[in-house]
Amino acid sequence: MSHFEVFGLPRRLAVDTAELRRKFYALSRRWHPDFHQAAPAGAQARALEESARLNAAYRALRDPIARVDYLVRLEEGRETREGADQKPKAPPELLAEMFEIQEALEEAKAGGLDDAGRRGLGADRDRLLARLHAEEARLTGPLSAAWDASAAAARPQALAALKQALATRAYLRTVIDDLNEALGEQADGHVTHRRH
Amino acid sequence: MSRIVGIDLGTTNSLVAYVDEKTGLPRVIPDRDGRALLPSVVAFTPDGVLVGEPAKRQLVRRPETTVYSVKRLMGRGYEDVKDELCYLPFKVHPCEGIVKIEIGDREVTPPEVSAIVLRSLKERAEAWFDEPVEKAVVTVPAYFNDSQRQATKDAGRIAGLDVVRIVNEPTAASLAYGLHRLKDGVVAVYDLGGGTFDVSILRVKDGVFEVLATNGNTHLGGDDFDRAIVLWLLDDIRETHGVYLGRDNEAMQELRLAAEAAKIRLSGEERTTLTIPFDAFTYHRDIARADVERLIDRLVESTLAPCRVALADAGLAPSDVGEVVLVGGSTRVPLVRRRVQEVFGRTPHSQLNPDEVVALGAAVQAHILAGGITNLLLLDVTPLSLGIETLGGIVSVLIPRNTTIPTSAREMFTTSVDGQTVVDLHVVQGERELARDCRSLARFELSGVDPMPAGLPKIEVTFLIDANGILQVAARELRTGKTAAIEVKPTYGLSDADVARMVEESFAYAEADVEARLLIEARNEADTVLTHVARALRQGGGLVTAEERERIDAALAELRRARATDVRDLIHEKTTALNRATEHLAEVMMDAALKGALGSKRAAEIIESQ
Repeated sequence: MSHFEVFGLPRRLAVDTAELRRKFYALSRRWHPDFHQAAPAGAQARALEESARLNAAYRALRDPIARVDYLVRLEEGRETREGADQKPKAPPELLAEMFEIQEALEEAKAGGLDDAGRRGLGADRDRLLARLHAEEARLTGPLSAAWDASAAAARPQALAALKQALATRAYLRTVIDDLNEALGEQADGHVTHRRH
Repeated sequence: MSRIVGIDLGTTNSLVAYVDEKTGLPRVIPDRDGRALLPSVVAFTPDGVLVGEPAKRQLVRRPETTVYSVKRLMGRGYEDVKDELCYLPFKVHPCEGIVKIEIGDREVTPPEVSAIVLRSLKERAEAWFDEPVEKAVVTVPAYFNDSQRQATKDAGRIAGLDVVRIVNEPTAASLAYGLHRLKDGVVAVYDLGGGTFDVSILRVKDGVFEVLATNGNTHLGGDDFDRAIVLWLLDDIRETHGVYLGRDNEAMQELRLAAEAAKIRLSGEERTTLTIPFDAFTYHRDIARADVERLIDRLVESTLAPCRVALADAGLAPSDVGEVVLVGGSTRVPLVRRRVQEVFGRTPHSQLNPDEVVALGAAVQAHILAGGITNLLLLDVTPLSLGIETLGGIVSVLIPRNTTIPTSAREMFTTSVDGQTVVDLHVVQGERELARDCRSLARFELSGVDPMPAGLPKIEVTFLIDANGILQVAARELRTGKTAAIEVKPTYGLSDADVARMVEESFAYAEADVEARLLIEARNEADTVLTHVARALRQGGGLVTAEERERIDAALAELRRARATDVRDLIHEKTTALNRATEHLAEVMMDAALKGALGSKRAAEIIESQ
């Protein structure tokens, strides 16, 4: 059973989150182990399993970016998170710019940071952060809508675009985290979406 | 359905509560003397084990065998706690991953000590209901990891209690505030207890309490405030009296208790005076609230970052928080209230007694589990990310922090050598990239894999975090469908066999019965008076006539003889007599001390110069 099926939803990226939460609460009232404490062992195990499945489904679908991530895996038939821990590669159009930033980062790691270098890295970080937000907006906006609207024949293309945008986002996130670390700043101030 | 009680097993105090069927409201069960709080202190005396208030009175007299704040040691390894052991008067040793406390020629584990506290609460509840109580919901700090939760469950088992649910303290507190006092919306619970700190962000809607994020520090609380004050007093005593008391266990306990009492008074008053009689001198000190605030400022400050991280994890800004709830005795400290208000921009709730609110919430959760409440639902989260160690010691996260529980994750494993029949897994908890920087939970050995070429077996391992926040692991070889055998080696826990043995042995640590307890108490009181009088005679013996001195000496000798008997009434009588015989001496000494203080000369110097 897919996470979409748990909530009786079609495989679409447009989800009414208030309605999703309402369903989540209603199904939780049905399956949460709290309400099956006195049941026979078999029924208790069932409740535990259903409840775990429900929680995983809600987590995957409540956040628009996590939702895309899940959809891509589902469409590709990847059950586990194989390859999830590989470092994302730089998208081709960012290569040149990233090369410079990586160089500056290496320097910072090797020999500390003077004020000018610090300002430079800070500006890089802010620029990449703006780009990250733009990429996220594209992902959850037009690209998601394109998937929902595409006919069967156009789906592979829509999926590839989503996948590419996810990879770009993951890459930007990694570089931004590295920059924050080099600048000695907490990444938490920049969290825009729930982590997943 | 049998009765289920709610228990708050605290660092400093513990309580038991239940939901009254008639009113539908939770209430705390008091002891025979009407006290709600049971100090989480256990004293191992030659005459038997004491729990609670009587144990607390042994802290100064028997510091080496009176165990307090044991919650800080639950589910912990020696490395975790070694830095603070120098502040504890009892001896703690590393032992096969966990720590043990040396009590004379015996050793006890932290879960065994907690079990003695739990058993006392169980008996309190049984006396109240006049029927056996076998099931309980027990609360733990939200930020407790798997080992600490498991240790708490073990403690219940040793005490003869089936712990039907482990509930997070801040979440329990929100249940106690419940629907009457909380409007639908986002609630932040700030819980600063004796030894632990938690912050939880919840969404409350139509009876559902959904935890969005939690954060904290399981080693930060009122104990640390007391410690900061004690270190400051130690310096002051060295300056004014030229002695360093840091290595004197009894003096340190006197100082700790006096510091705690002063801290509590300063929550209501701007200034207070501290008077501690030591053997060689009596220590006086004026303390202002500002002094204590300066000492604890850094500690209070360190609770604010977790608040911000929890908000960020919930995807919320401070302005989204509708209500703030304060839990734990340490939230009575005005500085703490000011800082919490700054972080969330809201005046916090504190209508319910912060010492009792967690136990009341545990009782509500117990009532839900017993089927007595059906309109409330608690959805809690796991506080720490769960992962496995992969090549190069890197952690691969399977279940991220703040995932709603119960939750499960499946992962595929295979072999790396031809004919390999055993696969090892190392499960860790924490937010760091490297396994060695995270908390090691357990090593799993999957055995009975059919010998095959490397990479061919497909072993599916399911990691399930149940509603208690405790990990369960199951494995299956997919090609054969065979269930793989798993041997769990908990890194910081007791094995099932250990716990079973401790259940057997727990009767050796049974709390002394009422008669024995009263006798121990009487002897203890006699000892305290004997010590005080000896000290008074040393410091102020020259202030009274020879005749009076003779009378005191006689009363002293009589009490010593009475103490050697088993006759409680006689010990009482002679203790009272000695007290009466020394009343005048005490007055004279107080006068001298006051004159000393007025004349800006220290009381101890006056007495010493007599």
